Amino acid sequence: MIELLNVTKTYNAGKQSEFTALKGIDLAFDANRVIVLKGPSGSGKTSLLSIVGCMARPTSGRVRIDGRELTSLPERFLSEVRRSSFGFVFQSYHLIKGMTVLENVMIPAYPIGVKRRLLKERAMALLEKLQIASKAVQDVQTLSGGEQQRVAIARALINSPAFIIADEPTAHLDTDLARELMAILADLHAEGRTILIASHDSLVFESEIVDQVVELRDGRVVGHC
Amino acid sequence: MKWVERQRYFVDFTLSSLGRRKGKNASLLLVYTLIVFLVSSVMFFSSALRKEALTLLDEAPEMIVQRTLAGRHELVPLRYAKEIRGIRGVRSVEARLWGYYYHPASRSNYTVMAREPFEHGDDEAVVGDGVLRTWGTSSGNQLTLRSHSGEAIVLKIAETFSASSDLVASDLILISETAFRRLTGLPEDFATDLVVVVRNPAECQTIAEKINRMLPDTRPILREEILRTYASLFDWRSGYVIVLLSGAVLAFFIFAWDKATGLSAEERAEIGILKALGWDTSDILGMKFWEGCVVSLIGFLAGTILAYLHVFFAPAPLFAHALKGWAILYPTFELNPSVDLYQIGILFFLTVFPYAFVTMIPAWRVAITDPDEVMR
Repeated sequence: MIELLNVTKTYNAGKQSEFTALKGIDLAFDANRVIVLKGPSGSGKTSLLSIVGCMARPTSGRVRIDGRELTSLPERFLSEVRRSSFGFVFQSYHLIKGMTVLENVMIPAYPIGVKRRLLKERAMALLEKLQIASKAVQDVQTLSGGEQQRVAIARALINSPAFIIADEPTAHLDTDLARELMAILADLHAEGRTILIASHDSLVFESEIVDQVVELRDGRVVGHC
Repeated sequence: MKWVERQRYFVDFTLSSLGRRKGKNASLLLVYTLIVFLVSSVMFFSSALRKEALTLLDEAPEMIVQRTLAGRHELVPLRYAKEIRGIRGVRSVEARLWGYYYHPASRSNYTVMAREPFEHGDDEAVVGDGVLRTWGTSSGNQLTLRSHSGEAIVLKIAETFSASSDLVASDLILISETAFRRLTGLPEDFATDLVVVVRNPAECQTIAEKINRMLPDTRPILREEILRTYASLFDWRSGYVIVLLSGAVLAFFIFAWDKATGLSAEERAEIGILKALGWDTSDILGMKFWEGCVVSLIGFLAGTILAYLHVFFAPAPLFAHALKGWAILYPTFELNPSVDLYQIGILFFLTVFPYAFVTMIPAWRVAITDPDEVMR
């Protein structure tokens, strides 16, 4: 279970460009659910995902995952939580150019020190599952948008996380590819993972796999169903 | 085992990362190699030269006695040899005849020395390789010298010195005593200096003091003093060249600092991605450390190996003149490979480690920032 208690996030505090992206957010997400954060651009969706995924610390407030308080954890523990509990699918994928598909998928597992053979097998199995194994040795920049997203999903799954966080996953996809993506996310949900998606695409938040929709505007929760 | 596997992954990632920024890393590597090459060349050269010179001078006499007049070197009367021979502990005293000869045609200064017994005739000479090169003659030819009285003296070259003694014998013309006195006009009962051999080398200092007391106008010079002088001379020469190179070294550090400490937007984003994917700050620093190590180690090894080849397999064209500085003659000789591991170690620690650490600073700055902020 993910709990956010009175979470606020201010960027560039004390500077002229100071901006508060989240204002006193109180939310709770049950495990094994598909949750969508919806709202217009600048509503705070990505900031909220970053805080839940331990990629940023809230300026104030608390975040708990399965009852464990994360806000006050030192950085190295947060890295460990990010690595073991979360899989990220970024809006623009953020794959590392100049590296192969297989290498990109394996990167999150490098700090764990898993045996190379095992890691390679696991990565290949994920690429097979996402039907992109034939491109394993290809450089990622040679792939299409949809293929890059599959690689990003495989990378998110390499450490078998309980939570998958996807930021605007359909932003660069056409309708067919977006539907394919939702099907993949439905499979991941069926495996028992919690899926947290930020999107303002109706194809996502109206999807039948979605259990909970949280609507944000100007850094506040304005709707919850 | 996990630690080893982790380091292997980081090294793999580092190598691929270096490959992705070929231009930047190749230029760093090139400048790095060049600087290490220049500094190691000077070190190898001066160290080998010093060793060479000291090995040859090891065979020099334990003590030389010169006479001084008004603080300058003066000819020694041969009776001084008899008096010194009388000191207890002195095994033998031998008079030496040597001087310099300036040859206007080649604009070179040569060392002329007489040796008794001399295996060749009074009209023959044994010469060093430098004499053959500069005089414009070759073995078997003749040297025509002008004596102190203006008379022409023709010497047939009977033999040349072996290449191994080139460093000290390159400019040497060895002739008989008779020929020497005829050439220089040195009076019969005088010599240039005296070579003293003592029974117990430990007593050298005491005997030198006795000689000085008995013959106050003499100056005994011990071999140890000559060795020290040579050592400091070569140290000074290599220091001089290193000072000249320090400008280049400074330029390298400015270049390396600029290149290594500035992270491109792509590198910053990459660190942000790695952090977001669960890499810890220490993992990022480890990866950057390996990156710095790879560049600096390859640069160091390439520079050192090139310097070794330059000094010991080529005639060290870049520094030979500055470091040998042998009057007007520059002896051509091959140095025996000699590497001072201590100096190499110092160079290693002064180049590889600072570079590896410097490259970690900007990565550390980015790595301690929230990945969300870096990626934005």
